[in-house]
Amino acid sequence: MIVPFKHQHAAHCESGAVSSLLRHHGVDISEAMAFGLTSALAFAYLPFIKISGLPLISYRMPPKAILKGVRRRLGVRMRYETFRNPAAGTARLDELLAQGQPVGLQTSVYWLPYFPPDMRFHFNAHNLIVYGKEGDEYLISDPVGETPVRAPAADLQKARFARGVLAPHGLLYYPTHIRPPKDLRPAIVAAIRRTARVMLHTPLPLIGIRGMRMLARRIGALPQARDPEHTALFVGHVVRMQEEIGTGGGGFRFLYASFLQEAAQRANDQTLADAANDMTAAGDHWREFALSAARMCKGRLAMDCAQLKQMVLQGAERERVLFQRLAKVSA
Amino acid sequence: MRADEVPQDGNAALGGHRKAVYAVGPDGRYTVVPSTGWEAEETVTLQAVEAFRRLADDARRRALEGRASPLEVHMYRSRMDLALLAQTTGLWRWRIRRHLHPAAFARLNAKLLARYADALGVSVDELRRLP
Repeated sequence: MIVPFKHQHAAHCESGAVSSLLRHHGVDISEAMAFGLTSALAFAYLPFIKISGLPLISYRMPPKAILKGVRRRLGVRMRYETFRNPAAGTARLDELLAQGQPVGLQTSVYWLPYFPPDMRFHFNAHNLIVYGKEGDEYLISDPVGETPVRAPAADLQKARFARGVLAPHGLLYYPTHIRPPKDLRPAIVAAIRRTARVMLHTPLPLIGIRGMRMLARRIGALPQARDPEHTALFVGHVVRMQEEIGTGGGGFRFLYASFLQEAAQRANDQTLADAANDMTAAGDHWREFALSAARMCKGRLAMDCAQLKQMVLQGAERERVLFQRLAKVSA
Repeated sequence: MRADEVPQDGNAALGGHRKAVYAVGPDGRYTVVPSTGWEAEETVTLQAVEAFRRLADDARRRALEGRASPLEVHMYRSRMDLALLAQTTGLWRWRIRRHLHPAAFARLNAKLLARYADALGVSVDELRRLP
């Protein structure tokens, strides 16, 4: 059984999965629109959550924020199902496919055989869409892949029932009611203001602009001379979180800029168009930071934590100015 | 970033895949450009892969000297650390830490071995041997 499904190459798995699912059901929402409308952009430095001993650094809201956000902004109700028994989870997936329903899944990246070996790490909140089954193989539209792929049933089951942080518990989802508003503008404005609020006013020093400054201080305080190995691992880790894991470049800033541009066109609003350009510049700044940092890790440039700290502080200041302008947009 | 500036450095870690990057096209509008990878990403991905490989090699050396159990080698080969293995198996860390010693590992019963093997994605036979 194969459901006709149009694969779409996306930068980020969750926004890509939501966008292509909605398009399948006749609502034309781009990946960038899905990302921006659900206020998915953010920044967080969370030292108490460790990934192989290093702090979690995220450039977006936590996993499932986009799935939950489409309900709020687009009137899309999703049905979510999790399972205790892996076999039951697989049976339910087959049942939905037989009904002609493409199904979104949360999986671990590590157990997906089609991922390149060097990209397989234990990250449990990867989203993909299954649109068919042939023999013992599932047909998968993985948003970050250029083309559709296949995976054996046993591997997909293992990926769906991986344990640990953000364990998916076999989560599957599909939209049940879709009633998007005729005019998206109020939703767009509300979403932008929410992102600005998170970036500027979260009362925690780890989130938003203050989180960036905290990260800058931590980078500045790395034991560069005493423990160059740890310093390089920490700096490399920051770059990985920013660039590698499906961010569309510059820690999602380019993806968000694309959303602002689309919003500007819909609303015919020059403020948003200017903000899109500034967001692109912010992304470019993070790319410059990543390039310098990576070269320092590789030893092609001398490690200079003070300089990296300055670059993060500059990025924070640039975004502070930008989000203060965005906080004032109105319909 | 302009579309013609999207890096096409052939990142070896991507294994020939291309990833979607958002960039500004010649008309000033954003488009999705498939990228074969970027030097900066390759550096940091391989750095992380390499860190686990070094840990596994080191554990293997100690296992050959009888100072570590095969479990420790398999753990790092599966890109896990103690914290992650504890979460995946649902065992206490101190318990796993004991099983990283060869003597305690040799006494493990079939049920626990199967639990580790399942978490690490290897067979029980493979788990008992050094890779």
